Amino acid sequence: MHELALMEEVRQLAEQELVRAGARQIHRMQLRIGSLSGVNPEALRLAFAVVMADDNPNGEPTTLDLEVVPTLCFCPHCQQTFAPADVIHACPRCGALSSQLLQGRELELVQLEVS
Amino acid sequence: MCGTCGCAAPPRRLITLQQGLLSRNDQQAAHNRRHFRSHGLMAVNLLSAPGSGKTALLEQLASRWPQRPLGVIVGDLATDNDAQRLLQAGARAVQIRTGDLCHLEADLVERAFAQLNCSGMNLLVIENVGNLVCPTAFDLGEQLRVVMLSVTEGEDKPLKYPALFKSADAVLISKADLAEAVGFQRQQALDNLQAVAPQARLFELSARSGHGLEPFSHWLQQHLPAGHGQHP
Repeated sequence: MHELALMEEVRQLAEQELVRAGARQIHRMQLRIGSLSGVNPEALRLAFAVVMADDNPNGEPTTLDLEVVPTLCFCPHCQQTFAPADVIHACPRCGALSSQLLQGRELELVQLEVS
Repeated sequence: MCGTCGCAAPPRRLITLQQGLLSRNDQQAAHNRRHFRSHGLMAVNLLSAPGSGKTALLEQLASRWPQRPLGVIVGDLATDNDAQRLLQAGARAVQIRTGDLCHLEADLVERAFAQLNCSGMNLLVIENVGNLVCPTAFDLGEQLRVVMLSVTEGEDKPLKYPALFKSADAVLISKADLAEAVGFQRQQALDNLQAVAPQARLFELSARSGHGLEPFSHWLQQHLPAGHGQHP
């Protein structure tokens, strides 16, 4: 359950930006989570609810916008990208296993909506 | 005024960041990597489920590592039992007690490293908290990542926890001396590992019998920074 530690980190990053922007409230938070990042989206939503519970006590609660980035590989034989069907990253054209990951490990704070 | 309805609420605006959630850890990890390199050290992040035999492997490695002391930073939620075992085996060991944290982070490693006498040392192993999920995304500043799977855990572990196995430079199958007793399907495990982690070097070994330790030790020596090899 490292999602809780991760969300604490997100809150710190977001609050720094809030102060830097001279704003007072975070309305919406957008995160990008790769499907191979080791983070479970549902656990992250739960962690968000726990960590952000005390924010905006008088205003509307902050909402979470979670984008899950699918895994994308590159096949060096076919010189093509492909989206693997499961955890085995076999090229659908030639069957070769790929260890070149183009996306899927993302863990990013993309955007904040503040006022 | 919000500009939409004329209410007193300040207008909303967007801040675009594209910032890594682990950017603080990543910066600390990069610092650790430079720090280890400046001391002529190769750092290895050793990961497995609890009870796969990480400490037993390092006890054996400590007595076999050629002509140099083995440095170990070991993470557990509680107790310093593992560090005590490693000290008795001749390693220089520092324990990190993480409390309720299920993985090691780069700043914890930096603080532990400050307590370690690294003179004459060329290999530092960071024995992570026993966990196949949470440590995956946390770079500690290691040069190599080694993931271990014991024969008692089942052949399909790599399929169940692909993210960690895909991040490994090497995968060790440990407790090989128990394979027959527990009905370990060796070929199935090798096939699963090859399918999920084709990038990883595979080693089968037993800390108890010593079987397979030599090839793994040799592989580590091949990765040592130039000028810090077998002969000091």
